[in-house]
Amino acid sequence: MKQTFKAACIDTLPVLTGYLVLGFGFGMILRSAGYGILLAFLMSLLIYAGSMQYVAVGLLSGGASLITVALTTLMVNARHLFYGISMLEPYKGTGKKKPYLIFALTDETYSLLCTDNPAIPPEQKNHYRLFVSLLNHLYWVSGSVAGAVAGTLIPFNSEGIDFALTALFLTIFLEQWLSNKRHTPAVIGVAVSLLCLLLFGSEHFLIPAMLIMTLLLCLYREEAQHD
Amino acid sequence: MTDWRTLGTVAVIALITALLRFLPFWIFRNSERIPRIVKKLSKLLPFAVMGMLVVYCVRGLHFASLSGFLPTLIACAVVGVLYVWRRNTLLSILCGTLCYMLLVQLVF
Repeated sequence: MKQTFKAACIDTLPVLTGYLVLGFGFGMILRSAGYGILLAFLMSLLIYAGSMQYVAVGLLSGGASLITVALTTLMVNARHLFYGISMLEPYKGTGKKKPYLIFALTDETYSLLCTDNPAIPPEQKNHYRLFVSLLNHLYWVSGSVAGAVAGTLIPFNSEGIDFALTALFLTIFLEQWLSNKRHTPAVIGVAVSLLCLLLFGSEHFLIPAMLIMTLLLCLYREEAQHD
Repeated sequence: MTDWRTLGTVAVIALITALLRFLPFWIFRNSERIPRIVKKLSKLLPFAVMGMLVVYCVRGLHFASLSGFLPTLIACAVVGVLYVWRRNTLLSILCGTLCYMLLVQLVF
């Protein structure tokens, strides 16, 4: 168990840097929009969805109606449906931990847990999943609160530091690519997303991309059986 | 400035986000009834979704000026080359991010 916790700490280090920075940014923006530290804490604890919380600051200060808020959340976070589908099997035997594991399934937690870590023994897998989820949640809440406390008084120029998360996704993508012989699903993901980005624009491409990707992956299954 | 409207907004966002996360597990709560196609998807989606997330991160690139795409492109190349060479996640992320910050703050 101790070793599992250690492994979770090491594996979540990139998320630690990314979340502290992004959480910090969120806290600062929320504070400069006139809201308090307690709200930053509550939002990061209960919503726990990075990009949506950034969008939420605009919704809060712009006085959006609750209907608008609900629809925006549906659009921005629809991708979580797909994370859920791909975690159905892995999270099957997680027992009492399951509700929290599902609640805490962010982009980054998903990216760390969607493929099994071969260094973790099978009987420790569920502990590992819980540790990774809890640690990431902790980083996110800590970053947000620190950002809200610091307000806008930080002299350090942090422009561009959000690239940490791009880099995290890119390294995970590369690791999956290098450790697997079949590249078709990865190619489908990139190609379809790029195509949809060109067709639908940067604000609306995620949902069509996910639908087309899912369709193609269903067809890919048929093909694979003929191999 | 934490009033009822603010709390209501936060509650709606939290509830809908949680709903989206729990929905697949609720629909397929009887594990015997998970259709084979969904099981297959659950194995293949992670690879496609990581590709999608990478594209999502670079969605803001524009090619009207060098500063619109070159910093991201260079920093991604640094991450990629370092990762293929050393296979060290942390090293790639640190160097790539540092490189990106220097480029956007000092060069472009």
